[in-house]
Amino acid sequence: MAKVAEGLFYSETHEWVRLDGDEAYVGITDYAQHALGSIVYVDMPDVDDEVVKDEEFGAVESVKAASDLVSPVSGTVTAKNDALDEGPGLLNSDPYGTWIIKVRLSDASATSALMDAAAYSAFCESLG
Amino acid sequence: MKYYDKLIFELSKEGRRGCSLPADGWSGDIGDIPQNLRRQHRPALPQVSEPDAVRHYTCLSGMNFGVDNGFYPLGSCTMKYNPRINEEVASLPGFASVHPLQPDSTVQGCLQVYHELARALSSITGMAEFTFGPCAGAHGELTGLMIMRKYHISRNDLRRTKVIVPDSAHGTNPASAAVCGLQVVQVKSRPDGTIDVNDLKPLLDDTVAGIMMTNPNTLGLFETEIREIAELVHACGGLLYYDGANMNPLLGKVRPGDMGFDIMHLNLHKTFSTPHGGGGPGSGPVGVRASLAGYLPYPRVLPDGKGGFRIGRDGELSAGRVSGFMGNFSVMVKALAYIWTLGKENIRMAGPLSVLNANYVKESLKDDYRLPVDRLCKHEFVFDGLADASSGITALDMAKRLLDYGFHAPTIYFPLLFHQSIMIEPTETESKETLDGFIEAMRQIAREAAADPEMLRSAPHNTPVRRPDETLAATRPVLRYVPEVRTE
Repeated sequence: MAKVAEGLFYSETHEWVRLDGDEAYVGITDYAQHALGSIVYVDMPDVDDEVVKDEEFGAVESVKAASDLVSPVSGTVTAKNDALDEGPGLLNSDPYGTWIIKVRLSDASATSALMDAAAYSAFCESLG
Repeated sequence: MKYYDKLIFELSKEGRRGCSLPADGWSGDIGDIPQNLRRQHRPALPQVSEPDAVRHYTCLSGMNFGVDNGFYPLGSCTMKYNPRINEEVASLPGFASVHPLQPDSTVQGCLQVYHELARALSSITGMAEFTFGPCAGAHGELTGLMIMRKYHISRNDLRRTKVIVPDSAHGTNPASAAVCGLQVVQVKSRPDGTIDVNDLKPLLDDTVAGIMMTNPNTLGLFETEIREIAELVHACGGLLYYDGANMNPLLGKVRPGDMGFDIMHLNLHKTFSTPHGGGGPGSGPVGVRASLAGYLPYPRVLPDGKGGFRIGRDGELSAGRVSGFMGNFSVMVKALAYIWTLGKENIRMAGPLSVLNANYVKESLKDDYRLPVDRLCKHEFVFDGLADASSGITALDMAKRLLDYGFHAPTIYFPLLFHQSIMIEPTETESKETLDGFIEAMRQIAREAAADPEMLRSAPHNTPVRRPDETLAATRPVLRYVPEVRTE
């Protein structure tokens, strides 16, 4: 059973959002890393790039497949996790402790359309 | 399999030779070559005797696995047996010893092979004309899309930049569209794996260049609504591209041209029994309906007006040149040998027998493995892991364990519709005894998953190379020997 962390917000494409003031960290969920298998490369946007909710902002490549990263929020990238260049496997070993990008949100109510931990847990279960 | 892991460099002994060379009378003067361009060290070439070299490569070849060693059920790859008569015909001096720049008049027989093969493929597919430039399937896809693009551009229909691709498609489809500068739009599958026409309809407008489909799709299921899909796409002004990777079950039975497709490629190294993978090279000829013939790449084999053939180009609409000459010629000879050996009647048996073999394996294993779409398949089918998933054994574990039983692994983790896809394509060239051996191995693996899952997680156990660290193999592969620098 995939782990779900309390206090985060979730999208149907298995990204998580952790709010930090008017900024948010974005990562992928335990369900996503498990489905992908060993991750070997993460393609991230650059600082100051714009990301748009429900649009692609990068990609993760695993030994099984390459998969787009879909942004759960809109805003401007203020940081990217450079540790992933050398250690993409961090997304496998610690999916909720490993953020991919940090975004300055363009809309403070951005998380209202996302799921909370309980709703996401139920969503994952419905996928079987 | 005999274990052997030496590099030829490791066999090297200073001064050992396979042959005697004449005395070196060169003074060593290399004239005006600047110092910074001169080699500082002797090249680290291996120094071995002839028996050393022969034994080395013979040992390595014994570790290879191909259709000549055993069963190779790699889904979507149609690893059928490569008949020896194909090789014999292709090695005739008149085919094997020609040069691509010889005058046309001296290679009329070779040009006739292109002509006859195009005629045979036309009658098999319902396409009017073929080009033999593309050297592989994805090269064919790119060529087909270049034709599609050129067609729209030549009609000044410049808004058509979108290509619709189903979510079950071969990964090369969206990749080829992107390489061709077109925008990929995905259309969803229904739970049974076929295209959802209702999901397709809203995508169809005057920005659509065309749709790429394979039929049967990657789950081995025939798209029964293909005629309706073709009418809808044509009505919006788009073209239909047929990915020929899954042509095998239809061979001699159903023609993409009759389904409404405008452009297609064939994989001669799949459907037409020419060697595949490392034994290639490949060939991905592209066929088009008559109205698109002018867009085919050049050079082409054309009638010379005197009963013979010439290499040339016709018309100004051509999508351009896609390879140096006209593809890998020996592959054309082998494909034509395959078609003519079977003949019109027997080639009709290839498709149905491949379908029979696939359904036999599917039905024999569906109690042990999860079959997401349980209906008659065509040449291949997809399991989604074990029926009893409680052991956590993955498709990768099962594939590795199959190697211990002497079988090549099926395609795994594709299509992406399921998490533990195992895609099996037995082809028509396997006997019932071979299929039964494979079925028994797969059942044994299902039993092992319940009884001893740890053993499966560390499989394979009796191959020369055990399971590599997949992450390191992908991120930090060691691909070449780094010699010690020898200073004079």
